[in-house]
Amino acid sequence: MIEQLPFSLPVFWAGVLAFSILVYVLLDGFDLGVGVLFALNRNEAHRQQMMGSIAPVWDGNETWLVIIGTVLFGAFPVVYAIFLSAFYLPVALLLVALILRGVAFEFRYKEERHRWLWDLGFIVGSIIAAFVQGAAIGAMVAGIAVEDGRFVGGPFDWLTPFAVLCGLGLVVGYALLGAGWLVLKTTGELRDWAYAWLPRLLKGVIAVVALALITTLIGNYEVVLRWLAQPWLILFPLLAGAAVWGLLRGVQARRDWQPWLMASALFIAAFAMLAGSFWPWILPYHLSIEQAAAPLSSLSFMFYGIGLVVLPVILAYTIGVYWIFRGKVSPTASYH
Amino acid sequence: MDIDPVSVSRLQFAFTVSFHIIFPAFTIGLAAWLATLEGLSLFTGRAVYRRLFDFWLKIFAVAFGLGVVSGLVMAFQFGTNWSELATRAGPIQGPLLAYESFTAFLLEATFFGVLLFGREKLPRWAYFLSALMVALGTTFSAFWIMANNSWMQVPVGYELVDGIFTPRDWGEILFDPVLWVRFPHMLLGAYLTTAFCVAATGAWYLLRGRLLNEARVMLTMGLGIAALLIPAQILFGHLNGEYTAEHQPSKFTIIEGRWQTEQPARLILFAWPDVAAERNHFEIALPYLGSFVDQGNFTAEEPGIVTVPVEDRPPFLIPFFAFRIMVGLGLVMLALSWGGLWLMARARPRDPNQLPRWFLWATFLAWPSGFIAVITGWLTAEVGRQPWAIFGAMRTAEAVTPSLSSSVALISLVSYVIVYTLIFSAGTLYLYRLLREGPSDPAGSGPADGPAGGAIGIAQAAAGLNPGRPLAVGGPHPTATTASAPAERTPGMAGGPA
Repeated sequence: MIEQLPFSLPVFWAGVLAFSILVYVLLDGFDLGVGVLFALNRNEAHRQQMMGSIAPVWDGNETWLVIIGTVLFGAFPVVYAIFLSAFYLPVALLLVALILRGVAFEFRYKEERHRWLWDLGFIVGSIIAAFVQGAAIGAMVAGIAVEDGRFVGGPFDWLTPFAVLCGLGLVVGYALLGAGWLVLKTTGELRDWAYAWLPRLLKGVIAVVALALITTLIGNYEVVLRWLAQPWLILFPLLAGAAVWGLLRGVQARRDWQPWLMASALFIAAFAMLAGSFWPWILPYHLSIEQAAAPLSSLSFMFYGIGLVVLPVILAYTIGVYWIFRGKVSPTASYH
Repeated sequence: MDIDPVSVSRLQFAFTVSFHIIFPAFTIGLAAWLATLEGLSLFTGRAVYRRLFDFWLKIFAVAFGLGVVSGLVMAFQFGTNWSELATRAGPIQGPLLAYESFTAFLLEATFFGVLLFGREKLPRWAYFLSALMVALGTTFSAFWIMANNSWMQVPVGYELVDGIFTPRDWGEILFDPVLWVRFPHMLLGAYLTTAFCVAATGAWYLLRGRLLNEARVMLTMGLGIAALLIPAQILFGHLNGEYTAEHQPSKFTIIEGRWQTEQPARLILFAWPDVAAERNHFEIALPYLGSFVDQGNFTAEEPGIVTVPVEDRPPFLIPFFAFRIMVGLGLVMLALSWGGLWLMARARPRDPNQLPRWFLWATFLAWPSGFIAVITGWLTAEVGRQPWAIFGAMRTAEAVTPSLSSSVALISLVSYVIVYTLIFSAGTLYLYRLLREGPSDPAGSGPADGPAGGAIGIAQAAAGLNPGRPLAVGGPHPTATTASAPAERTPGMAGGPA
């Protein structure tokens, strides 16, 4: 059966990986973004609404990060090993950040006296998690020191100005997604507040992206050559431009569903641009998808179970659960 | 610096995994317990099951959250600290862990959200189904983790291609008899852990003379489930010993505490091992039984650890003592569960409240027995596997990330220790408070423990979504208007049936 597939198994798993990253960015993006926005809103009633809007789904969203990790481990073990060795400290930082923000969902409701502590953890954790993810992407674009299938650089190689810029960009970008989500899920004052923040955050995103673009061109990264070689990639920035316009229109017309959808479209365009720039490399520019792939016996074992059965089931129940929790969140929704 | 990255990484792995395992050990059992309660509530309609469900769901929420965040770390540590292992064994371990994340993590995380927030949005059967899905997810998770770990203990179904462990036969890996004795052992361990927490909570309330109805159900069900499971657990424990004897003589001889080869072999119950002198002090041993336990006869020769080359021996003391603690706790659980049922059967009227106070105290104090047994069991298995990462095939020292320095590894280790200490202390405190407070009382004055800053509107909305509240009770408690009190101070509790 595998022989008759229109794609090779490494390509299939690279596709699943790309899909998982996209799903992760779109889903955990908005709830990390709500965490970033938490810093900007000190109103306790608003904060409870913000928390309530993501509480039923954040855990599932974050699980996509583990999915990414294990797909890499299973289908591209070399990349998993190199990537995590290269980003040893940022990954540790990311995990600590996610721990601090993850416990806040329960802990902040357990006592008022220490609520500030868990709120701080929630905010700082969300910001750091977003920053580290952006910085890692930046460092990937700039390139990782690899020899003979192993990471040979130092623990702080990733920390370049370009990576910092990308990190900041993702913090603002996730906040944009989060504000869109709040507009979608909440009502009243909080929705107005989120509406007010959307254009500002959008400006921030555009500024960072422009700065990153200039840095990329000046830095003469290899990615530029790939853009020149594949002019059709210009399609994605155009799509992003349309999304920006749509977002602003949505804010003007106060159509609650539109900003979040358009912010997501913006992320999809950026992601497609990035994926298009990397293809067919999985670890730019050292290992291609085919070179990095696990043996066929590993890939087919995962293909028959996960690819054909489990993944469709997951998509079905994930959509089902989002459907159950559709609509506006009650201002006081909490099980605590 | 005389510490090497291997030691720091091992310490970090041991620390993070020991911390992590506490929560799955609890939540695997709790998920099954919740599904059982919701099922009972659905089919019998008795309100007490619903109250217990709502109560244990809150406990589950805290424990599950801690399990999720500490589990994240585990998913990435193979790459950060053990990249050589990941590179070489990734083709086998990676797919197993990928199956875990796809079949288990998403399932439990998604339906966990439904359990917490979906009560009013779903028909009862669908809610029950969600509880089953969470329980199924935790079970899948245990299976794949045990599949992964069992392969590291006894690697099968692979061939080495350019130094890469390449899967040759997945059937052999998934239907390895070793996996199928270790998976039930872990699952039963988790169920017993939860059963004793439930029974201990019941005993605690009885000792304090409150929530008698709930306490009765918890004590009887907890002890009953434990009494049923513990013989099976002892059987699977024995089978684990058999695979160890067959495949891992280095671990087995340590568990047995046997330095020299003996024929017939004694069964060493307790001793103080002297590693330098390679002998035991203060041995308490039963003659012939060592041969009997391993071979089923009284004359067999049993090897001592001296038959294993020094460079292939694990550290002696940890597996030796950890194993004895685990077995000892197993016997305590056996005595308490069977003894408790016997005392209950004798009591007139048949009521847990007639149980002697010393027994209630013993059951209450036994709450951590499952946790300690699970951790010491893992210590036995994992430290006993050393010096191998993959037993007999790849050493732990070869598995570590080549670019990792001790100082960088120390930074992450120290960060994890600080953060885990913080969240563990807080989590334990919050769990303790929830347990002390108990289920909402049946009189209807359910806890108005919604978020602070309350008003009647909040309480009413919370009533709709709050599983801490019996189904039969719709409206908010009058005192809910003062719900600006901290969450754990529930006005309803003061007027409990105590």
